[in-house]
Amino acid sequence: MNIEDKILAGDKIACARLISMLENNEKEAEEILKKLYEKTGNAYVIGVTGSPGAGKSTLTDKMAKKLREKGFKIGILAIDPTSPFTGGAILGDRIRMTDLILDEGVFIRSMGTRGNLGGLSKATSSAIKVLDIFGCDYIFIETVGVGQSEIDIVKMADTVVMVLTPNMGDDIQAIKAGTMEIADVFAINKSDLDGADKTKFEIEMNLDLNENTDFRPKVIKVSALKNKDIDILLDAVLEHKDYQMRTGNFEKRRIDNVKQEVLDLVKENLINLIMKKAVENDLLNKLAKEVYARKKDPYTAKEELINLLLN
Amino acid sequence: MERPIRVLVAKPGLDGHDRGAKVIARALRDAGMEVIYTGLRQTPEQIVEAAIQEDVDVVAMSILSGAHNTLFPKVVNLLKERGVTDRLIVGGGVIPEDDIPFLISSGVEAIFTPGTSTKDVVEFIKTHVKRQ
Repeated sequence: MNIEDKILAGDKIACARLISMLENNEKEAEEILKKLYEKTGNAYVIGVTGSPGAGKSTLTDKMAKKLREKGFKIGILAIDPTSPFTGGAILGDRIRMTDLILDEGVFIRSMGTRGNLGGLSKATSSAIKVLDIFGCDYIFIETVGVGQSEIDIVKMADTVVMVLTPNMGDDIQAIKAGTMEIADVFAINKSDLDGADKTKFEIEMNLDLNENTDFRPKVIKVSALKNKDIDILLDAVLEHKDYQMRTGNFEKRRIDNVKQEVLDLVKENLINLIMKKAVENDLLNKLAKEVYARKKDPYTAKEELINLLLN
Repeated sequence: MERPIRVLVAKPGLDGHDRGAKVIARALRDAGMEVIYTGLRQTPEQIVEAAIQEDVDVVAMSILSGAHNTLFPKVVNLLKERGVTDRLIVGGGVIPEDDIPFLISSGVEAIFTPGTSTKDVVEFIKTHVKRQ
């Protein structure tokens, strides 16, 4: 049996292998996904994002368990940062998901960002497809611990859950642009701590100012560790799913995301093509030195590099 | 670009001491490897399942409870049962010299005892990893 048939037959070893091949940019992997692409489109993708230590892994674990009780097959992609200095990484999200490891209906994969900014790894979108083909009904994507502007998750998730904790800052933090704008559901984790009500209030006040009145993100207080109110959080996620399905937003968002994905692929390929040529004839080094010496400006250098492709 | 070696660092059995495992995890990270750390008190079944889903090249186990003669070979055998034979399996911890030949003969390819330099562990993994 080839790797495609094995994955369709539910072989975890083959599924894991294909994800590695995609992470390692093996040409063959892309060909396999081309063949299997028509089998994708069945999984619903839930993004879980938030700052480091907010409780993303534990919450993902708890939500996944609830969906397992309903009989759904679950995939989890957990992203952690890769060192920009050594290329190494500690991928430690699994520690919070120990109970799920031996569950036949769960597949968990840890991924290093491998130089990608934005909170995900470059291969995340491909890995989602693999888990979709593998037959997962719901796929959780857990981002790296984010700051204020890592919003790539919104390009891949159908519903984004933003995990916050009490006392992370004043009400100005809640009205800032960036990550606070991409949430479809807010989870205030560790809500047994002081300040949870205040945090909820600040987010609600900020939501009052939204111009989109069709859909208002729910703000749910939970405790992942104590397994408290996870049902309510999951209901809010599924409510957002229903809303999207009902209004056609789901299709619109997916088409927007495909557009972005294809453009990103084009960008990456073009850069690779330019880099290959520029390195071959040492043009990039030459240009950099000329720009440094003020013999050329960066804008002319850019044009020369682009011309490599056009000629 | 060269791909990073993926290593599962696991603590089988019931002892709760993972300082050593964390030091090793950090050293492997600094050597450019992707380390999946699974946490304490894992069963051999959990370790094997994680190794498969993570598609790791190396399974590195640390044990301080004395159960190494049971648990290490069990992981090797469970992997074999699943048809997975192309991974490097190593172990470490407080392990008596006398037990090492048995562990090696059961498929654990190296045993690192207290005092081992992290450089040696990195070097061993780099030179013995089985998959290209």
